[in-house]
Amino acid sequence: MGIPTGYLDSASSEPLHPAARETLLAALERGYADPRRLHGRGRDARLLLDNARAVVAECLEVRPDEVAFTASGTDAVHRGLLGIRRGDGPVAYGAVEHSSVVHAARWAGPEPVVLPADRLGRVSVGDTDGASVVALQHANHEVGTVQHAPDVDVPLFVDACASMGRLPLPERWDALAGSAHKWGGPAGVGVLLLRKRTRWIDPFPEAGFPNVPGALAAAAALQAVVADRAEVNARQHALVDRIRVAAAAIPDVEVVGDPDDRLPHLVTFSCLYVDGEAIVTELDKRGYGVASGSACTASTLTPSHVLEAMGVLTHGNLRVSLTRDTTEAEVDGFLGVLPDVVRDLRAQVGL
Amino acid sequence: MNTPERSVELDCRGMLCPLPVIELAKRHTEVPVGELVVVLADDVAARTDIPAWCRMRGQEFVGEDGPGRYVVRRLS
Repeated sequence: MGIPTGYLDSASSEPLHPAARETLLAALERGYADPRRLHGRGRDARLLLDNARAVVAECLEVRPDEVAFTASGTDAVHRGLLGIRRGDGPVAYGAVEHSSVVHAARWAGPEPVVLPADRLGRVSVGDTDGASVVALQHANHEVGTVQHAPDVDVPLFVDACASMGRLPLPERWDALAGSAHKWGGPAGVGVLLLRKRTRWIDPFPEAGFPNVPGALAAAAALQAVVADRAEVNARQHALVDRIRVAAAAIPDVEVVGDPDDRLPHLVTFSCLYVDGEAIVTELDKRGYGVASGSACTASTLTPSHVLEAMGVLTHGNLRVSLTRDTTEAEVDGFLGVLPDVVRDLRAQVGL
Repeated sequence: MNTPERSVELDCRGMLCPLPVIELAKRHTEVPVGELVVVLADDVAARTDIPAWCRMRGQEFVGEDGPGRYVVRRLS
């Protein structure tokens, strides 16, 4: 199955990996029964689910009994973050966390503690006394910056949805979340890791019917992605470097996020005087699909809280993220049209 | 903060991003170097984008001296 060229939004969703597609089709035939039932079909489904868990555990270098599947990455974040709180204190989270963390932190009750980020998006954790849990993502979903968790004497939740499969897991975590469609698995499959001996109480009493075929397909994609990642990451890292240099060469464009200690496949930059919705639309007309954190592109009409927390320009924002199949020619094509699109949009407002 | 007489006030209320910053870019040269431009903006992005514009364009962000009242000093 070919991926249309010009799709540069893998950070929103990576196209389904061929390995996942094959596995999904086979598992749909075999894995429909309830794995909790004691009959043969149920045992079949249980076997597939256990297999998926074992493969994910091996890929992530954790124990199989530390792996659970959830209905989505967001679901894994909610259950993981809220389930390991120690006491009734507030949730402390990095200012650049995904909105699923922010929402869960608010549900927890006490006013959350927001840990500040610097211009590159690096969070300083500082004093967390009194917090019931600290949430610190592994790598940022919008700007790519990798976080390094310090030793905290509080349960640590790590949102690894943007990095799982691409980077080895960080060393420190008590609970950790991943999302299959970000690495080329199907949507609707999350991974929740719970460190052995971590005290976890599921904040929601019911998980619902398990998506056995989805879990197995997610595991197959993860296995393929981890096997190829040394080569893919090196290629993507170099292509993103090229985008960073070319974007920064356009007048009044700010490339943001850590230039080195970052996810391999994504980059974010903002263009002064440019409307985010307009630039996304113009690039789409030329065949390039990219995301934006600008207010005018959001359903809420508020700018990305990640960009706000970093104190970088929020308008004219583009997030470009490469799929595993993005070619040098596609990147060059994109970089070929970008300066003209920016110039034309500025000319329209007299700048 | 009292604004000196030679300052200019740009009323960008009701404008969505990036219009307040575009207005600032076009009209900050109406004051002499060293003087102030005040931008009134109710768009939430202005709080981040006006200081960012100052940083990118080598101007000084003096501060927000009231809700939605952003003070910029022209440096060049």
